[in-house]
Amino acid sequence: MKIVTVAAALLFTLPVAAGPLTQVPKAADGHPDLSGVWQALNTAHWNLEPHTSAYPVVIELGAQFAVPPGLGVVDGGTIPYLPAARAERDKHFANRLADDPEGKCYLGGVPRSTYMPYPFQIFQNKRDVIIVYQYATGFRRIFVDGKDEAPLNAWMGWSNAHWEGDTFVVEVTGLNGQTWLDRAGNYFSDNAKVVERYTPIGPNHMRYEATIEDPTVFSRPWTIRMPLYRVVDDNYRMLEFKCEPFAEEKIYGHLRKPVPPASGGAK
Amino acid sequence: MSTRTQLIAAGFAAGILALIAAPDADAQTKAKSVPKTAWGDPDIAGVYAEFTTAPLERPAELGDREFYASQAEWQKYAEKRLNEVNEDVETVPGTQADVHYNMGTFKLSENEGTTSVNMRTSIVTQPKNGRIPPLTAAAVARRDAAAAARKGHEFDGPENRSLTERCVVWPSTLPPILPRGYNSNLQIFQSPGYVIIQGEMGDPRMIPTDGRARPKDNLPQWNGTSIGRWEGDTFVVETAGFNRETAWRNSTENLRVTERIKRIDDKSLEYSFTVVDPDTWAEPWSGVYPLTRMDGLLFEYACTEGNYGMANILAGERKAERDAAAHKTAAPAK
Repeated sequence: MKIVTVAAALLFTLPVAAGPLTQVPKAADGHPDLSGVWQALNTAHWNLEPHTSAYPVVIELGAQFAVPPGLGVVDGGTIPYLPAARAERDKHFANRLADDPEGKCYLGGVPRSTYMPYPFQIFQNKRDVIIVYQYATGFRRIFVDGKDEAPLNAWMGWSNAHWEGDTFVVEVTGLNGQTWLDRAGNYFSDNAKVVERYTPIGPNHMRYEATIEDPTVFSRPWTIRMPLYRVVDDNYRMLEFKCEPFAEEKIYGHLRKPVPPASGGAK
Repeated sequence: MSTRTQLIAAGFAAGILALIAAPDADAQTKAKSVPKTAWGDPDIAGVYAEFTTAPLERPAELGDREFYASQAEWQKYAEKRLNEVNEDVETVPGTQADVHYNMGTFKLSENEGTTSVNMRTSIVTQPKNGRIPPLTAAAVARRDAAAAARKGHEFDGPENRSLTERCVVWPSTLPPILPRGYNSNLQIFQSPGYVIIQGEMGDPRMIPTDGRARPKDNLPQWNGTSIGRWEGDTFVVETAGFNRETAWRNSTENLRVTERIKRIDDKSLEYSFTVVDPDTWAEPWSGVYPLTRMDGLLFEYACTEGNYGMANILAGERKAERDAAAHKTAAPAK
């Protein structure tokens, strides 16, 4: 009898022992609990498509700010642009120093905010999921089982979501088309619809997918995929990254009062 | 009297009747159990309007009187105040007021339909005279030095403009939250271990309620760092660690703010606060006002993305300088 008890105890304890690696935390309503601080760990913010390393956009910044290489996160490798849209993307790339909204501290939009090199924090209850992004203090209220539509377009769009098993599916519409998708100038228009899928695969990892549909820019819908990692640092808290002051010289520098030429200086 | 004011006055009359009918309303509220979230915290979530008929500071002639004595007295002060905020006001061409929003023209008075009727003569309750304590000599010196440094350079570059014009922070959305002329709304979300408070024009404050201690590093933040706890049905938030440049009402980076938020009924919360900064005010000061639930949603504010104002302000000044220089050059020829 004693042996049977021990065997039974083993049966029950073994899966629990394996738990910390595979168990997905659950919220009170039985759905996976996505709450916490998360971050992507890849080079998608530089370029969603496969890319080798490259010179920094300002050559004086040197190796420190050079572009790191990446295998890309797009299903099938490249983004299925329509020809005119690809030319537009290339124009963005050429003008990225001046035109990338990130340089101006503009809200990142969806999905770019997810894989920018900054953490974001998810808060979850049955009715709402809130995401606060450190970059530019981006904020999304995601309506769980929401049916309403955007009253007008916004930088972070309008998010209605539902659960499909353990996957949190977010349909994002009402995007204003002024955001970019990365520092390489990839983009979509205000016709875009983004469907995000967040699937926990353990206590500290999620799979993130975003399918982008925009018939004015792409020949077909396409999908990006990447893991997201929970920030597990001790005593972590998300600090402010209020970037407005950092962008003032870039946006308004040409409107400063001209400095009068120094008089009486060395000739 | 505008239609709006009449509606508020009618609401006030109904409120008075309710007060007469239930003089012990406070005790009754306490007896009723407060609705709870699924995880057991008092439920304070929702979208709320901050605007109220009580001014921040009490008119000096009302002395230490915390509440109006009669409806007539309320009407005299509250209606005057509503008109100040909402009605078309003739402005002097060339002044800042002339180029700023005209509330009537932009229909902001209609948009801001939710104004709570408040019997209080001021939001400030402490000190007893309902007025913010005078700045200390050190604070006056700081304020004057900053003003002197700015004088003549107000339009030199973006850094010389106010934090609001720069889309950095809107001081009245910081703790302590105070009603302002427009977009005077906030939303509160709750999830296990957190309360999020976001002013319509402000940043979301993610306030942990899991009992963690205040971070020791005290890294300065524009919005400070907030730690919350539940004291019975009251949500208590302690905020410190402000950025020196935040300088809310000339305060220093040592500013500490305590906020208390509790549910009064299905339509309102009571928001109270205490402000301490001995380098700025000789004594702490406190205030209280209601937050009124609204049906609507808050929309994305996206300040810096549409900040045409800053570019226009600077460009306008540069043009004025060029015109003045041209005039000076042209003058001897006259």
